[in-house]
Parts: sequence; structure tokens; C-alpha cells
Amino acid sequence: MSNATILKVEGLTVDFLSDDQPVRAVDDVSFHVSRGETLVILGESGSGKSVSTSTVMDLVDCPPGDIVAGSCLFDGVELSGLGAEARRSINGRRIAMIFQDPLAYLNPVYTVGRQIEEVYESHGAESGKGARAKTIELLRRVGIPEPQNRVDFYPHQFSGGQRQRVMIAMAIALKPDILIADEPTTALDVSVQAQILDLLRDLQRETGMALIMITHDLEVAASMADRIIVMNGGKVVETGIAREVFSNPQHPYTRRLIAALPHGNAAEAPNRRSTAIAGETLLKVEHLTKHYELASGAFSSKRTFKAVDDISFEVRRGETLGIVGESGSGKSSVARMLLGLNAPSAGKAVFAGENIFDMNGKRLMAFRRKVQMVFQDPYGSMNPRMRVYSIISEPWVIHRDILPKDRWKARVAELLELVGLLPEHAERYPHQFSGGQRQRIAIARALASEPELIVCDEAVSALDVSIQAQVIDLLADLRTRLGLSYIFITHDLPIVRHFADRIMVMKDGRIVEEGQTAALFGAPRHDYTQSLLQAVPQPKWLTQAQ
Amino acid sequence: MISYLGRRASHSILSVIGLLTLVFFLTRLTGDPSALYLPLDSTAEARAAFARLNGLDQPIHWQFLGYLRDLLQLDFGESLRQNRSAMQVALEAFPETLKLAVVAITLSTALAILVGSLAAARPGSIFDRIASLVSLVGASAPDFWVAIVGILIFAVGLGLLPTSGTGSWAHWIMPTFVLMLRPFGLLVQVVRGTMLSALASPYIKTARAKGLPRQKIIFGHALRNSLLPVVTVAGDLATSLVNGAVVVESIFGWPGIGKLMIDSIIQRDFAVVQSTILVTATAIFILNIAIDLLYAVLDPRIRY
Repeated sequence: MSNATILKVEGLTVDFLSDDQPVRAVDDVSFHVSRGETLVILGESGSGKSVSTSTVMDLVDCPPGDIVAGSCLFDGVELSGLGAEARRSINGRRIAMIFQDPLAYLNPVYTVGRQIEEVYESHGAESGKGARAKTIELLRRVGIPEPQNRVDFYPHQFSGGQRQRVMIAMAIALKPDILIADEPTTALDVSVQAQILDLLRDLQRETGMALIMITHDLEVAASMADRIIVMNGGKVVETGIAREVFSNPQHPYTRRLIAALPHGNAAEAPNRRSTAIAGETLLKVEHLTKHYELASGAFSSKRTFKAVDDISFEVRRGETLGIVGESGSGKSSVARMLLGLNAPSAGKAVFAGENIFDMNGKRLMAFRRKVQMVFQDPYGSMNPRMRVYSIISEPWVIHRDILPKDRWKARVAELLELVGLLPEHAERYPHQFSGGQRQRIAIARALASEPELIVCDEAVSALDVSIQAQVIDLLADLRTRLGLSYIFITHDLPIVRHFADRIMVMKDGRIVEEGQTAALFGAPRHDYTQSLLQAVPQPKWLTQAQ
Repeated sequence: MISYLGRRASHSILSVIGLLTLVFFLTRLTGDPSALYLPLDSTAEARAAFARLNGLDQPIHWQFLGYLRDLLQLDFGESLRQNRSAMQVALEAFPETLKLAVVAITLSTALAILVGSLAAARPGSIFDRIASLVSLVGASAPDFWVAIVGILIFAVGLGLLPTSGTGSWAHWIMPTFVLMLRPFGLLVQVVRGTMLSALASPYIKTARAKGLPRQKIIFGHALRNSLLPVVTVAGDLATSLVNGAVVVESIFGWPGIGKLMIDSIIQRDFAVVQSTILVTATAIFILNIAIDLLYAVLDPRIRY
């Protein structure tokens, strides 16, 4: 590893102009990176980590952005204030970037081949047949199967992981000196994430490029970083060699982050599993199945897709059942059927002695009161024009027998306090809250109808690590105080480790493994469970030592 | 794809039959043609003979069944006014309308895409403000007023352009310009809006990170993605032009289908009214199919 510094950012300060006054997004940030080195910029949402690197590539729109101060020295050239032509000779050729959501960041109307060839053509490196041949070779290198055919496919015809591979191919086409990766694996399943991280490491070894990786995920950070800078509120709060930062964090913010890690050290982490021995069976699901008929084409006969394929399980009173699976495993379909949002193709689900799929009218209303759902995106599942008071009290408008109207106000205040908010928050609108606070409101709304079972569908997946821990603490606390049961659906196995009593692992619509949490983590029997556990990134200093 | 076209065609045939039924009965509410075509002092016998000759003495439901039977044999009736096939009259007028519509919609769309894209590339600039103002005026100015003022200034006043009729290229200028105004105004607004959101989208950030030249980012990446809503609105506007720009054709004496339609209604030439409706309905059906196919060409995610 050479020590030649290729990029040196100093004193970078960026404001964003909003209606009344400028908001400082990045405040006096300095960092540097050398050839062959990986620098991780770690921070939660709103920490300014993406803005810092977007400035390096001149991707911040001015206005509303405003670079107040700072310099970016790249290989002896000052980047700030660079003319359009000089900038073009650096972007894509010497510094390249990949992003979080490759579907949105690839142009939907051009084939992936066209979009990669464009990099060669616009920098005058290759054109025509030469560009196409190189593009196919690149796609092969990043692991796209049958690249000679797939080169003519459009972005929507690839899987999420493949799209990110295409983005990587586009970025490394001209062998840049620096690759900036902005949350490159956040939208991907954990097993795909491991493959993409491996690919980035291999490419770095081959080309000797510097890698700047932006992430909120401590495990990803640990598995990639040589050096790390931690950002919070637009400032760099800690910087150093990755191993030292992780083993001996100096700044209180870094310490809090590392403590919130859901699976740092199993012994140290607080156990949030229910202490009460589970009571009688609350919900018993038998042979639940959901088929979708796929449209038949001119040359193919009708096919069926089994989203959920004959699964049976039960939930006991006071128990938390974790359902774990990657995208497409059918875990959300199960939730939707249990709430009556989708009709099952076959099977039954007995709740308090009655099959919920046979219910209608009044009985269904009564059942829905007792089972509530908390969604992944609390903002999307709340009416933006309703005040928090109306959102929480809405169940009482529908189920008139829960509470007399003169007690609503007091009860809303009580519920808000129960979920860790203030009574005066009732008068605000959803957009005036942070993501974690919104999820607390969603939980308060779920509690308003006095449910016995709450289904959480990826309820903490969209939240920052430190907020995730707080929301899970809240759920665990409510379970103890109110005697609730949960079905907790997630793609993230480690999150449920200290929260669920039992875990069910789903793959392709089937249950591949089920068991008590401790037993499942201690000795996973099924290959798929083992691969899920192993896909969790390991710190770089450990893997290098091996 | 073929099943899609078949499905669309069968739906359209149903709606055309409904439309023709409605038109058949509504036109007959306008009165008796014999009052228009025979001299004022003609005898009751002469009127009865005229009615018998044209089948107008039959009860109206018999007339309708007869019309449907003739339709199946592709007999669209005779024009009372011109004494020849009504369909022939309609088909002679239609190309005149089509020529004018194609020129007007093509020019206004091309111009609007250029102006709208440049306005969106620098929002808030002088160019953007002028483009917004001009497009707003274009979209809201009443076409009959612009047409009459145009004739007053350029034909009557300055004597530069002919007042009406067809023949030379000079006859094209005023009708085309008047027909272009509204589509141009509306389309500039649509292009500007969709381009603004396209330019703010993530894949534009990728294009900038790739180091693409600015005009390639605007016209290659952003514009390609903004064309879908533009095609929707342009298609809708084209439909109204193909339908016959009744007012503009009448003012400029353009022998198109709009003018034919209004003349035939006034003169109670029922067979011609029905034929013009059939021709324009068919044209609109074909136009809509073409727009749907264009969607699939522009956006690879759309497949039928």
C-alpha cells in the first residue's frame, strides 16, 4: 500500500439555503485518502456524510447548496471552482461514484450496455465496437452472467444486486484513481451485500484505487475500512485507524453508536426477550398458502407463483415470534394475509378460537381491533394532513365502544407518554417529527385500539442504528407492561437476536428453520440460516489476520 | 401485442357504433331536409316524393335499421347536397384537415420541446421567464380572435397574406400559426415541468458523475425520460385537430372535415354528417393506438 495522498479535503463547509436561514450541512470537514486505501465515512442520516463527498464531484446543486469555505486538492489540482471542461475530464475518468439505489441511479430508458459505453465515448477512450467489447468484458468482470446477451438488457430487467454490479462496472470503466461508494449495499439483502463488498475489495486490489465508502452501517464500515471518520451533525467527531476507533472509541457519539450495535458482543448486549413464560396459544396458522397466477404470454402456458407455500406456525400470548427472510421470501405476504389485507389461497388462521379467514362484518371489525400493524415507512402510512391527535384517535372513531369521546384527549396524551413522546406533540403533523419519532407515533396508534397482537413489518429497518435500539427497547417494554404479543418481520437476523423468543426463517415462501432464538443462533441447522449468519460482515482486521 | 390490438379494436368498434347511433338520432332532431332543399312554394306531393326518394317517409326506427344494414354493405348513403356518395365527400375533405393537423402539431411539439427544455435547464433565467409568459399567452388566447385579428392585419391591412382558401404556400401560414398557438403554449408548460423533475432525478446525478457534456445530459438523458407525458398531451391535442378545427377552418375557408361537418349539419345533409363522424372516429382510434405503441418505444418498461 503506497502512502501517496491522492485526495485532500480541508475545512470544507457547506450551507443549504432554506426559506428563512441557511442550514449548515457540513461544518469544517477535513479528510484525506491515499491510493489503495479505504476510507470509511460513518454517520447516521443527516450527518452530512453524503454532502461532503458530493462536493468533491461537484454534484451539489448551487443553489440551494453553498460552499462557504474549504479546499479539495486532488492529485495536485484544486477542485473547487474548476471550469466545466476541466471538471468533465475528472468526473467519470479519475473520480467515479456509485450510489445507494441503483434502480433510480440508472437511466430507465437506455440499455445498461449503452450507459456503460457512454463513459468510454464521452471521454474519448473508445467508441463503437471497441466500446461495446470493453463493456461486455467489464460486465463479465463484475459478475454479470452471459454478459454478451445481458449487455442489451434494460436496468429493470436485472436484480438489485446485479444493478449495483452494473453501476460498479460503469464507475470502474476508465480505472479511476478514486471510487466513492455512497451506501452501496444499504438497499440490498445481506447475502448480496457480502458479494458486492467482496467485489469492491477485489477491484481495489486489482486496480490500486482509493475507495471512499459512505455508510451508516457499523459492520459494513468495520469490514471495509483502513481508516474511518465518524460524522455527526455535519462535523467530524472522530477519526483514526479503523481497528482503534472500534476497539477504543473516544467520542461519546461513537461510543453510543458502537454500544447500539445489535450484535456487537452477545454477552454485553441487553437481553430484550420476554421474561414471562409464554401463555396459551393466541394465533394458530395452519397450511397457509398464497399463489399468484402469472399472466400467460402467447407462447407460455399459465404459471403460478407460490409467494407463501403451505406454512404453519403459532404465536403464544406474551411471546415474540421473529419471521426472518430476504426480499421475496414471502414474509410480508404472511403479514398481509393475517391482517386481512390479502386473501389466502388456502389454509386457516385461528385467532382466539375462530378462523379469521371465515370472519366478516362485525366479527372482522372486532378481530381487526385486536391485531394491529406497524409498517416500515411510518411517513408513508400516516396521512400527512392529519394531526397526531387525529391519527391516534382514529381507531376510536371506527370502534365506538373503546372509549367515550370526552376521554380521548387524556388518552392520546397518555399514549404519547407511553411511547416516549410529549402530550403537546398531539397538535403537530407527521412531517414535523424525525423517523424514529414517527415510528413511535405509529406504535401509539397501534396501541390505541388496545390490541393483543402487533405485527411489525420491517418496523425498524428504515431507522438509524441508535434509533433502532431505542424503538426495540420501547417494544420490549410495552410487551412487559401491556402483555402484548408480537410478530416481528425483518430481513436482518441480528436485530431479532435479543428481542424475539422464537425465530422462523423463511425462504421462497417456505419455513426452512424454526426454533428458540438462542438455539437457532447457537447451532443453526439449515444451510440457509448458516449462510445468513455468515453473511454478516466481519471486521477487516480479523479477516486479514486469518 | 396482437391480442392487445384486437382487444383495443373490438372496444373501439363498440364505441363507434354507439356514437353513430347517437349522431343518427340527434341530426334528425334538427328538422326536415325537404324544407331546405325544395322551393318554398313546392306542393305537398313534391315534398312527399322527395321524402320517399330519400327514405325520409319511413318511421325513424326503420330508417335506422336501414342505415345499419347499408353500413354492413359499406354503403354510407348519398349526399343530399352534392348527389354523390357521402363517404366520398368526407374522404375528399379529410386529407386537407390531416395535412394542416400534422404540420401544426409537429411544428408546435418540436418547438415546445426545444423551448421547454432550455427553460428547464436554467429555471428562473430571463429565457425561462419569457418562455413561460409566451406559452401562457399562447395557451389562453382565443383562436378565433387571433385568426380574425391576423386577417385584419396581414391580409386586409398589409396585404401580405391571402384572407382565406387554399393554393399557394402563403395560404398555409395563418391557419398553421393559429392552430399551433394553443398546443405550443400547453406543451411548453408540460415539457418544462417534466424536464425539471427529470433533471432533479438520481440518474442525472449519475450522468454528471460520469462526466457527460451538459447538452448530452439535458437532451440525451433528461429529455428521453420526459417525453412520455409530452406524448400524452400532444396526442390529446392532435386528436382535437384531427377532429377538424371547426372554427379555424371556417374562418380561413379551409376545405377540411371540420368545415364540411358544420356545413352539413346546417344543411341537414344527414348522410354526410354521419360519414364525417365515422371518418374522424376511425382516425382518432388509429391515432390512439399509435400513441400507445409510441409509449412502448419510448419506455422499455411498458410492454403490451
